[in-house]
Amino acid sequence: MKSLAELQAIKEKMQNKVALREGSGEMRVVVGMATCGIAAGARPVLSAFVEEVANNDLSGKVTVSQTGCIGICQFEPVVEVFEADKEKVTYVKMTPEKAKRVVEEHIKGGKVVAEYTFASENA
Amino acid sequence: MIRSHVLICGGTGCTSSGSLKIQDEFVKALEANGLTDEVKIVMTGCFGLCALGPVVIIHPEGTFYSRVTPEDVGEIVSEHLLKGRVVERLVYADTGDEAEAEAIANVSLSDTAFYKTQKRVVLRNCGVIDPEDINEYIAMDGYQALGKVLTEMTPDEVIQVVLDSGLRGRGGGGFPTGRKWALTAPNKAPQKYVVCNADEGDPGAFMDRSVLEGDPHCIIEAMTIAGYAIGATKGYVYVRAEYPIAVKRLQIAIDQAKELGLLGKNIFDSGIDFDLEIRLGAGAFVCGEETALMTSIEGNRGEPRPRPPYPAVKGLYDSPTVENNVETFANIPQIILNGADWFASMGTEKSKGTKVFALGGKIEHTGLVEIPMGTTVRDIVYDIGGGIPGGKKFKAAQTGGPSGGCIPARLIDTPVDYDNLTAIGCMMGSGGLIVMDEDTCMVDMAKFFLEFTVDESCGKCTPCRIGTKRLLEMLEQIVNGNGTLELIDEMEKLCYYIKENALCGLGQTAPNPVLSTLNFFRDEYIAHVVDKKCPAGVCQALTSYVVVADKCKGCTACARVCPVGAISGKVKEAHVIDTTKCIKCGACMEKCKFGAIIKE
Repeated sequence: MKSLAELQAIKEKMQNKVALREGSGEMRVVVGMATCGIAAGARPVLSAFVEEVANNDLSGKVTVSQTGCIGICQFEPVVEVFEADKEKVTYVKMTPEKAKRVVEEHIKGGKVVAEYTFASENA
Repeated sequence: MIRSHVLICGGTGCTSSGSLKIQDEFVKALEANGLTDEVKIVMTGCFGLCALGPVVIIHPEGTFYSRVTPEDVGEIVSEHLLKGRVVERLVYADTGDEAEAEAIANVSLSDTAFYKTQKRVVLRNCGVIDPEDINEYIAMDGYQALGKVLTEMTPDEVIQVVLDSGLRGRGGGGFPTGRKWALTAPNKAPQKYVVCNADEGDPGAFMDRSVLEGDPHCIIEAMTIAGYAIGATKGYVYVRAEYPIAVKRLQIAIDQAKELGLLGKNIFDSGIDFDLEIRLGAGAFVCGEETALMTSIEGNRGEPRPRPPYPAVKGLYDSPTVENNVETFANIPQIILNGADWFASMGTEKSKGTKVFALGGKIEHTGLVEIPMGTTVRDIVYDIGGGIPGGKKFKAAQTGGPSGGCIPARLIDTPVDYDNLTAIGCMMGSGGLIVMDEDTCMVDMAKFFLEFTVDESCGKCTPCRIGTKRLLEMLEQIVNGNGTLELIDEMEKLCYYIKENALCGLGQTAPNPVLSTLNFFRDEYIAHVVDKKCPAGVCQALTSYVVVADKCKGCTACARVCPVGAISGKVKEAHVIDTTKCIKCGACMEKCKFGAIIKE
């Protein structure tokens, strides 16, 4: 080890990998992964979120986790986004492509993708 | 792409209850479910809640599974990792508040009764990182303190920060760490040494082992900082050979640090060198005494030598040496990074920071806890430790192992720090805390610790070699019913004589368990010598088993289980125990369904 910069480089590279364990993400993306969700294609959606979050260096800020059946099986794959002091946003009938857009516009940009939400589906 | 981490405790406690097998099962189950590329398995150090091991934590949810068996693994993988459903029957979520028990899946680990009053400084990485991967340590600010010290601070500044923090030696004595460093630094010598005392020998203590197993790099980093501060380029970690996992992980850590150039020549291009080696202790308790430890590293029989000269002047190989305990070192990187004021803001006036305790004995949550100095014994035993099993009454807590004393029930609200414990004739010790309930005989407890010191006395000085042996003989007379009041007085005198005249810490503190129990539980000693009774019913010679005739149904179960045929009586009539034949094994009392057999 010749310099602090070298140490810093290792630290930054590794931080994304252990951030998962801190559990202090400001934002939580939860993918419904019960039988209904999996059957409707929740696995690739989950993977897409994990990948997009990592590719955008958001691991310190966003936690991607999974949950069981949310209760609206006909709308699966369902994804919920939680943020402190804000109302929960529920996205329905998700796909990996839609996931990319949610990460880009909602998680990074702070703007809910209204057309994918449960509210718009029900309107 | 990894989306989930499965942390399995690889500490000694969980390893012996089968966590390696659980790791194997996870590997298999993940493969079977096609999750190998999404879920990472990490073997970590101790989480602290050893009583509930083997322990598994799943992130990002932070779900804490306790008492996991290999059979449970398949369910955890298919339910939790595949379908996102927490396996609630295995979750530990005891918040100490029954009303909350239902919201089990929402309880975060830091809200549980066991963790919420803890403050993890020394143990901050234990159970969080993979101790065999230096990169994970670096991700948690590892080696940042060393970098800061070598590039921004002078050795004097480093010592000043440690002095200002108020850190005191965690091995038992409580000597200010900064002062030790300041006394060693100015002494000129061609070679100086830094030694880490990891010869944790007190019965019931496993703090240092857990730090070495869970976060070995923090010791390497701290020792290198100490080396820079005092001008030493060589260090030794003296660790007992009975800690194979700690030794293995420390060696892996040293090798990794060398490979990355964090140990060795010209660290951070600062011109500073530091090298580290492990030395194994071969099981002698006295080698935990600092001068005996150095003698042992030199390759000689582990015997203490008189001080002065202190190690700061003439230590290892007659050179100036700083020797600190594992837990002391583990605080150093955090103090450098967060500052002396941060550290000094925790704890009490003269005892700063936190202390790790190994909780054991009659307590629900056997395990490892770290609390700010000044936490009361009550908080440790009841809030964190979960109280005493079977609703029994708290009698005393023993700290400091064979060198320590006990804290009786009436002093349960004593805030734990160096000076408070010393004031009541106890000592902080290295941090073993053994809880005793109403079934413990204090004379027997004192005898247990004295047997230990008699075994472990190195024999070099007479007060310890002969004095402790005579002391033990007196205790044996008392528990065998041959004691007198005069003997108790004589015993007390001998205690003070040994304390004043023994050569090293082992002998000087050996009478403490006797003195402390005499101080707080003199009535028990008197009951043993005057009434010839053991109030707790432990000392065999002073107890006898009898049948309460009113309660006996004459079922004959006791007579059948008695190995020496001491019980007689007809069916459906009260039985009788022949005390001349009885060997006091207690089998009959265990067998009796009617509570008709009691100890007197």
